[in-house]
Amino acid sequence: MKYMLLINAGAADEDGQAAGCEVQDWMAYDKQMRDAGIFVSGESLADLVTATAVRVGPDGRQIVTDGPFAESREVLGGFYVIDVPDLDVALDWAARCPGARGGGSVVVRPVADFGG
Amino acid sequence: MTDESPSASVEAVFREEHGRLLAALVRRFGDLDLAEEAAAEAVEAALAHWPVDGVPPKPGAWLMTTARRKAVDRLRRDRAYAARLALLQVEAERAGPAAPADADGELPDERLQLFFTCAHPALPAEDRVALTLRCLAGLSTPEVARAFLVPLETMAKRITRAKKKIREARIPFRVPAVDELPERLPVVLQAIYSIFTEGYAASSGPSLQRLDLAEEAIRLASILRRLLPNEREIAGLLGLMLLVHARREARSCPDGALVLLQEQDRGRWDRTMIEEGRGLVEVALTGGPPGPYGVQAAIAALHDEAVDFASTDWPQIVALYEVLHALTPSPVVALNQAVAVAMRDGPQAGLALLDALSGEPQLRGHHPYPAARAELLHRLGRNTEAAAAYAEALALAGTEPERALLRRKLDAVEQSG
Repeated sequence: MKYMLLINAGAADEDGQAAGCEVQDWMAYDKQMRDAGIFVSGESLADLVTATAVRVGPDGRQIVTDGPFAESREVLGGFYVIDVPDLDVALDWAARCPGARGGGSVVVRPVADFGG
Repeated sequence: MTDESPSASVEAVFREEHGRLLAALVRRFGDLDLAEEAAAEAVEAALAHWPVDGVPPKPGAWLMTTARRKAVDRLRRDRAYAARLALLQVEAERAGPAAPADADGELPDERLQLFFTCAHPALPAEDRVALTLRCLAGLSTPEVARAFLVPLETMAKRITRAKKKIREARIPFRVPAVDELPERLPVVLQAIYSIFTEGYAASSGPSLQRLDLAEEAIRLASILRRLLPNEREIAGLLGLMLLVHARREARSCPDGALVLLQEQDRGRWDRTMIEEGRGLVEVALTGGPPGPYGVQAAIAALHDEAVDFASTDWPQIVALYEVLHALTPSPVVALNQAVAVAMRDGPQAGLALLDALSGEPQLRGHHPYPAARAELLHRLGRNTEAAAAYAEALALAGTEPERALLRRKLDAVEQSG
């Protein structure tokens, strides 16, 4: 079963990096996932200032705005999709993710299965 | 009150067998909904047959055979459902074969898996409690709703939502590995203890028709203790509940008003239950550092052993609260500790500790806090302040018996001027 791990970045310390989630931690985590054969896909997202939102109104008009505005304190910083047998295994991988440390959080969401 | 009709005895058998039946069906079919449906149909068949033909010698096996047949019927009728379950089944098989049946041919006991699924940390706390009562205590949804004084529709939605999450997020039916137990077992124990404390609110609530949740919680903890005999915190929880429940007859007046520990008629305490609880405290505190339930059970045991309130071993109780506070720091524990200090060292010492807690957000709106302050102020002869604190507690108290008690206290303070 596929789960998406949505990685919400924590507050960075003065070095701009939260403890326990430096580049080498991410690389090690990435490798562990690939070695375990559960990695489906994953990306980290560019800085939030580069984001743009598009909405289409009921009249069909496109509205393009800067954003989404980070009103919540947590900002989506990247994701993984993994394929594991059940939620417990997915939660275990989420707990190992460097993004779960330093005030960040990882939200685990099952990918919908439409039987296709 | 006891109903001797055949269907009542069938229901009694069913209550006992339900958890085992459901757990075995979940194991077999990997789906809680199908398991519940099949279990319900098997019980319906039992209600039709047993009063006529008599209860079969192995009621559990009879129910299981019938339920399995019902489930297979359902799968034949609904191919798409069957295909999805078949997929799940393959994964379940990967997790290991089902436990073999007991030597006497009764069902294998797979309730432990179900305990951990129902009280999975991925579910909201209120859902864990509801599911545990429904799946393991065998209560119907209307019974669970009545027990928690929520509308049936609310409870039905809560249970549906929880089952949807179990199914779609695929919360597994498995016993956590030894290294996961320290994180997972407390969640199960918390669900059981919530049932117990809710039972206490229930027994003093307005409705006498509410089920005895305290006894359900004790029953669940006893089952869990048989399933995991080496987990000392289960002994601690069961001991705690027995030691508190042993005082049930003495804790309320005939008119329903609450009677505080210091005013209870200790002759009405259940000595057999206290002995059982004390034995469990010993188990909980032997062979390693104690857990929070073991320590709370030890405190309850000291109260139960005392001839009266004044001669209670207060120094030991204060020491145990210190241990508890180190294990689970909380202002509520600090409040209880302050009350024990007041008994050991006098009201002035206790009041100083209570006043130090005045800024705690967790104690705001918590009526035992102003009530404890009122009691100590009264003992110090500061009656005007005591009356104000009792009035504050009265405004916050939730149930009528609690309010009746506080009103009586307030009157007493006002009369003593």
